[in-house]
Amino acid sequence: MTDTPTAAAEPARSGLSPRQRRRISLGVQTVVGIIVVIAVILLADWPTIVNVFLNRDVAALMIPELFTVALKNTLIYTVSGYLLGFVLGLVLALMRLSSLAPYRAVALVYIEIFRGLPALIIFLLLGFGLPIAFPGFKLPGQEYGTVALALGLVAAAYMAESFRAGIQAVPKGQMEAARSLGMKPGRAMVSIILPQAIRIVTPPLTNELILLFKDSSLVFTLGVTAATTELTKFGQDLTVDQANSTPLIVAGATYLLLTVPLGIVVRRLEARQRRDR
Amino acid sequence: MTHAVEIRDLHKQFGDNLVLKGIDFTVEPGQVVCVIGPSGSGKSTLLRCVNLLEEPTKGKVFVNGAELTDPDADIDAARRHVGMVFQQFNLFPHLSALRNVMIAQQRVLKRGAKEAEIVARENLEKVGVGDKWNSYPGQLSGGQQQRVAIARALAMNPDLMLFDEPTSALDPELVGDVLTVMRKLAEEGMTMLVVTHEMGFAREVADRVVFMDGGVIVEDGPPSQVIGDPRQERTRSFLRRVLHPEG
Ligand SMILES: Nc1ncnc2c1ncn2[C@@H]1O[C@H](COP(=O)(O)OP(=O)(O)O)[C@@H](O)[C@H]1O
Ligand SMILES: [Mg+2]
Repeated sequence: MTDTPTAAAEPARSGLSPRQRRRISLGVQTVVGIIVVIAVILLADWPTIVNVFLNRDVAALMIPELFTVALKNTLIYTVSGYLLGFVLGLVLALMRLSSLAPYRAVALVYIEIFRGLPALIIFLLLGFGLPIAFPGFKLPGQEYGTVALALGLVAAAYMAESFRAGIQAVPKGQMEAARSLGMKPGRAMVSIILPQAIRIVTPPLTNELILLFKDSSLVFTLGVTAATTELTKFGQDLTVDQANSTPLIVAGATYLLLTVPLGIVVRRLEARQRRDR
Repeated sequence: MTHAVEIRDLHKQFGDNLVLKGIDFTVEPGQVVCVIGPSGSGKSTLLRCVNLLEEPTKGKVFVNGAELTDPDADIDAARRHVGMVFQQFNLFPHLSALRNVMIAQQRVLKRGAKEAEIVARENLEKVGVGDKWNSYPGQLSGGQQQRVAIARALAMNPDLMLFDEPTSALDPELVGDVLTVMRKLAEEGMTMLVVTHEMGFAREVADRVVFMDGGVIVEDGPPSQVIGDPRQERTRSFLRRVLHPEG
């Protein structure tokens, strides 16, 4: 067996064939892994862990508000912020590619600022700064409006850069073909360029949805009520209340319930684009 | 009588690179004019100036008597009457063949979906890809894509068709299908300005052949003269290279 042509082609330095060396390496890795797992199992205080992190009675307290209030609000915040970010991001991308220098400059400054700032700062500024700067001013939808705005402003900067890259990835001949058929520039952009660009940037745009889903937890900085609470705050409040970490675990698992499938979708889309290319 | 195309003293400069150095010529309605010449001589630039995909640096372009280089001209309206076929087809990859041929009818000519579809099917049929109406460009051969692109241009009822090396990107065995369609168009009386390296097509179909070199027109006349019995040494040496690439 050691004298197969492939094995013979490799220099047999240690007297072992490459296949034998690979087997030994795999064996060592497996043994190390098993030792680590056994050590963790033996050293951990399992009854306490289950009681503190996976307590059924505490978890039961979260139903049904976990879904009817917390998850629902998280979804409302995420989707409304995403839609705002999508529209604003598209406008910013078109401004970035405009032939008018002032448009390009404004879009660039916006993108650099909002991409460079922690989302937390934007939330804090909108939550505390806006009411002071514009007394009596209320965003439509109360807390919901502020959250959508804050999330949308952050998302728009990232999405604008994705859209711009997508638009630029559409071959120049597409715009020329559209113009040669008599389409005006705006019409060609809407009917021909953007549908292709959006397809190209669907993976990064879906990633942005995942990021936004998590960023929606920053709404706690605006001070939420029992009715406007979302997953993280809901889990955190109950954790403090019950002196037990199970609610945070459950809230975390609820995020994963949505982010993991979305992540799979992103990888599938990326794989398909690699294949098509 | 108005010319289908009239070009006067056309100059085009890219940065320091003067590509067109004073082009004058006309195309009469119903004529087929083939433009030949070495690579880089400015043939594509000339063609793209006719529908203002490139803005001339100097000179005038008239299509059907209307000046496109007039600053007040409605370029989008003028382009509706000028079909263009590109070397790389430039079909819209996100749309089926049928929708490729329908979209400008609907969005530019404001035809209803029904009418646009009827016109689209007619034209796909005419270029021999009627059965491919539901395919996407990526599922079609180069020859089929180019014929869909021709149908897309024809669906706008153009008075003039511009072809920029329509068969140069095709596998040799697919060139014939596209040339057959172009021959048919010529027989129907379509006015055509064709940049091509297909000397057989130019000789048989063209009313006139224009030989360009270095951004100027070197020779302009019937194919029997420009290809059959060229007066200029530059034309002769170009034809020697094209017709006998080995020797
Ligand atoms: N958009 C452009 N920008 C800069 N240079 C260009 C552009 N288009 C064409 N050129 C230049 O113009 C010259 C003629 O090109 P082209 O008209 O494509 O020639 P042909 O079609 O005869 O091969 C070439 O030197 C080319 O590099
Ligand atoms: Mg060319």
